[in-house]
Formats: sequence, structure tokens, C-alpha cells
Amino acid sequence: MIETLHSLSLGFATAMAPDVLLYAFVGCLVGTLVGVLPGVGPLAGISLLLPVTYGLNPTSAIVMLAGIYYGAMYGGSTTSILMRIPGEAASVMTCIDGYAMTQKGRGGAALAVAAMGSFVAGTLSIVALMLLAPPLAEFALRFGPPENFALLVLGLLVLAYMSSGPMTRSLTMAALGLLLGMVGMDTMTGLFRFEYGLSELGDGIGIVPVAVGLFGISEILLSAGQDTKRDIRTPRLRELLPTRREWRESAAPIGRGTVLGFLIGIIPGPGHIISSFVSYSVERRLSKHPERFGHGAVEGVAGPESANNSATTGAFVPMLALGLPSGAVPAIMLAAMMIHGIAPGPMLIQEQPQLFWGVIASMYVGNVVLLILNLPLVGLFVNILRIPYSYLYPSLLAFATLGVYAVNNSVVDVWIMTGAGLVGYVLRKLEYEIAPIILGLVLAPMLELNFRQSLAMSAGSYSILFERPIAGTMLAVGLLLLFLGMRPILMQALKWRGDAGLEPAASGERKENP
Amino acid sequence: MRSPTIDQVAGSVFAAFSLLVLWESRKIPFGFMAEPGPGAVPAILAFILLACSIAVVIGGRSGKRVAELQWTEWRHAVAILGMCAFMALALERLGYRLSIFIALLALVSIAEKKGWIAGIVFAGCFSFGSHYIFGTLLRLPLPQGPFGL
Repeated sequence: MIETLHSLSLGFATAMAPDVLLYAFVGCLVGTLVGVLPGVGPLAGISLLLPVTYGLNPTSAIVMLAGIYYGAMYGGSTTSILMRIPGEAASVMTCIDGYAMTQKGRGGAALAVAAMGSFVAGTLSIVALMLLAPPLAEFALRFGPPENFALLVLGLLVLAYMSSGPMTRSLTMAALGLLLGMVGMDTMTGLFRFEYGLSELGDGIGIVPVAVGLFGISEILLSAGQDTKRDIRTPRLRELLPTRREWRESAAPIGRGTVLGFLIGIIPGPGHIISSFVSYSVERRLSKHPERFGHGAVEGVAGPESANNSATTGAFVPMLALGLPSGAVPAIMLAAMMIHGIAPGPMLIQEQPQLFWGVIASMYVGNVVLLILNLPLVGLFVNILRIPYSYLYPSLLAFATLGVYAVNNSVVDVWIMTGAGLVGYVLRKLEYEIAPIILGLVLAPMLELNFRQSLAMSAGSYSILFERPIAGTMLAVGLLLLFLGMRPILMQALKWRGDAGLEPAASGERKENP
Repeated sequence: MRSPTIDQVAGSVFAAFSLLVLWESRKIPFGFMAEPGPGAVPAILAFILLACSIAVVIGGRSGKRVAELQWTEWRHAVAILGMCAFMALALERLGYRLSIFIALLALVSIAEKKGWIAGIVFAGCFSFGSHYIFGTLLRLPLPQGPFGL
């Protein structure tokens, strides 16, 4: 414990350095704007702003990106409560009771409860992150290539299982991402694969152009041509104070949302979205007056808002401790770490204590910044919505091009971004989840290397993946999830066999109906 | 004849892609199953993608149909993708400022019909302003075009 506090003090020394503090503030501010603007979620926001961090030192870059991520969660609640427009997907549940409170003249109180809930959840979940990540990383130091391979496979399977829609779709997307990650030089033999004479592809397909295209450009393509005038009403400062009763009713939902959100956030998948839905259902079920939900129940704002902020921090646990991104946003942040020459994984805490504890400490600072920033400046943030989209999206597009080009000074990356944008647009139209693609792309080189190293260790025997207890357990859990996810298809296949007369039961039925 | 479902179309495209990858993988040494070479993992992944695609096609027989999809924003989407392609082509030929200026002017004045004056003012401010911030102040090496633009 004393060691943890000592490390935290080191982190605060880093986080309170003027430049890091400035970037934490900028990240929180930009994140809030990203959260406020409908259609530009944290994913698209981080993808588009990733290139801005190239010139920064690694700590400032990660601190700023983290600020954007949790700032977006704060900002997303503002338009949900005041205008029934969720700034990002995790704020959908806040719309229901938050907007109902606004209609009753309690919009200011809803904003205050959301901000306070986010602050409490954010702060407590950072404590949990701080206590959980180092021992988890220490445990992961025992991992060899088979365990790492099993962990990566499990991560992909959990993400596919947790995704909305059929598991086969998510697995297809993950396989597509993994295949894209095969482009470029083979790390074990130095042989070039699928590079078709383009020297730019020798290092593989860049994560940044694919992420910016898949998330940023596709978002622009989907939202273009939707320039609608909005009725904007901003609450006055004195309206922001909740009543004593509202505080009392919010306390327990904030506590439950914090715990739920953190636990859900650790699991691969869109934790921040799922957690707000789960928290809303839990609060409604536990309430003595569930009929109030949907008509301005403050618990319906406090719970989900706390949960989605807590989940955001929870997502940092596997990312910082194991180097395993639990979703698309942590995957992009992991890519940012790699761009800055930092090797993610369990060694991060030992090799880069300044970065790890600096990021943790900056989260404490960021939460305070967001609390101070959000409530008094709520009117200013809401006015951002007055910028016509017909001017906003060309700016985002130009900015994305600039950022993607600046990574390697290569127009090939701009072409990749354009192609990824088109693919992302079509896939999102078809209601396919695109997060597994980016996760696959990030994990592919690690997955391949650990797979081949495992076989080299065992002289070609695949049993090494199942005989070692940790790897075997993780793969068994993964296979169980795969079976559960594929059950509908297996049942359908069995039904067809039955219909075709290949099953005894079906032949019995035929006898009854000749 | 009813239109195919989304999953049938998407699954078929992914299956075709996986077959293409398998075809291309033949040029890369596969090695052995016990000692995989650089071509092994791509081939295994292509097989997995093929299997998943077939499962998507089978599982998606009763899903949403392609004909039900609404593509109302397609004109904007084509214009935006066209501008991305233009920027990729023009960036190193015309330079950063000129390429961004033309792309933004086209999007604001033609695609969004906001008028030429508004388009010129917006595109000019953005292209020269962002070049000043990123190129001059932050020293990002942005490409220059004719007349040093």
C-alpha cells in the first residue's frame, strides 16, 4: 500500500507538471466538446484527434487521449438531458429521465447530478484501477507465449460474444481485422507479405488511417446532409442545484453504477454503453416506485451516468496491465502508445512507471477539471450545437487528412483512410460492428508471434496451448463462449438435418405424416 | 424474386475476399503445421474468415433485406469520398493549402450549396489557418505546391 502511495506521488509529480496539466485540460475540454456534438462519439473524436498527439511526449499524449475519452462521457450527458439528443451512445439512457426532468424544469439539477455522479464514479474507479492494475500486471509477468496467445484469443472471443448482433458477424469482422494485420513484413523471417510493391505497406497497414477511416470518416459519411436547426435552451447557474431529496435519491444509484460500470468496463466489449443500460435496468428494478422511471426519476440519470464513467476507467485495467485493449477506444490508445515507442504489456508499469502513474494521477486531476469545467460552462458547450454541420464536417475531413498524412508523410495512408471510410460506411449501413476490425488489426502481429513462438517452444506440438493451466483455462472459456455464441446456428443446422430426414426423431415424425 | 438479405450479400463478399486471400497466400511459404512459415497464419485466418462468412450466410437467411436499406445520404457520401480521393491525389502535387482549399470550397459551395463567397472565406481561413498552426507553429512537414503554396 505504501509502495502504491509512493508511486502515486510520483504520478502526481508528473501529472502536475505544467505541460502535462495543460494537455489534461485540453483533453478534457476537447472530450467534452466531442461528447456534446451528436455524431462525433469518443471513438471518432479520438481517431480524428490522434494525429495531434504526434508532436507530444508519450505521457502528455496518453494523458490527453484519456482526457478526451472520459471527457466525452461527461459531455455526452449535456445534450441528452437538455435536448434529448445523446452526444454519444452511452448517454442514450440518460435521455429518458434526464429530458423528462428538463421538461419539469429540473434540467439544471439533472446536469448537476450527472456531473457529480460522473465525478464520484470516475474518482472511485481510478482508485480501483490503481489497486487492481499493478497486481494484475505482476500476475501476467508469468505469462509465456502460449498464455499470451490464449489471452489474445479470449479477448477477441469475449468482444465478439459481447457485441450486439450475431457472434458470427463479429467474428467475421475480427478475422477481417486480423487478416489486414498480416500485411507487411513477417517479424520472424523478414519476408514481405501482401505489399504489392508498395514500400509504404512494408511496415503493415497503419492503425491510424484505418481507425480514422473506419470511425471518423464513416461517421462523417453517415451524418452528412443532416443540417437540422435545434431548439437550444441553456439552464441558469442557480437552477443547477439539486434539492436535498434529489441528492438522497441519487447517492445509492451512483454507488451501484460505479461498481457495475467498473466491472463491466474491464470485460472486452462496448462496456461504457452496456453499463449504462444495465445500470438503468438495475435502478428501475430496485426502485420502490418503478413507475417514476421515464417521467423524470433522478435515479435514472445518476446510475447510468456514473456507470458509463466508471466503465471508461475499467477499460484501462486490461489495457495498462496486460496490453490487451477491451474495445475500440483502448485499441486506438494502445496504437498511440506504440506510435510513441512504448511497448504495451505487463512490463509497462515497471519500465514506464512515470507514464503509468502519471496517467492515473492525471485522471484524478481530469475529473476535478471536468467537474469545474462542465457545470459553469454548460451554456457555452450547448452553444457548440449552433455550428452548422455543413461547415463542421468539411473541417473534420480536412483535419483527418492532415493528421493521417502527417504520420508517415505518405499519401498511401490517405488512400487507406479513404478506403477504410468507405468500408466502414457500408458496414455500418449493414449494421455490422466495426470495432472488432480495429482490435484484430492491433492484435494480429502479437497473436501471430505468440502462436509461432508457442509452437517453437513445444517443437510443433499444439498440446502446449491446452496443457499449461492458465492458457488451457483461457482457451476453454473462449471455446465455451464460441459454443454459446454459435448455438443458434448449430440449432438451425440440426433442424435442417431433421427436416432432411437425417435424424431419427425427424424420421419418426415422417412416419406419422406419410 | 425477393432481394437477398444483408447477411447473404455481406457473407458472400467476405467469402470471396477470403478466397482471394487464400489464392494470394499461395505465393508465401506455408511451412508445416508443426512449424508454420510466414504464409501459414494468413492462410489459417482466411480459412476462419471463410467459415465465418458461410455461417453468416446460413444464419442470415431470414434477416433484413438489402432492398430495405435507405441510402438517402449517398450524394453527400459520394462527394465526401470524392474529396478524400482528390486530396490523396493532389496533396503532394498542389501542396497542402491549395488542395485543402479546393476540397473545402467544393464541399461547402457545391455539395452543401452555401454560396461561393461563404465557401471561399471558409476554405481560405481553414486552409491557411491550419497550415499556419500545424506547418509553421508546430513544424509538421506539410507538402508545398506551386508558388510555395
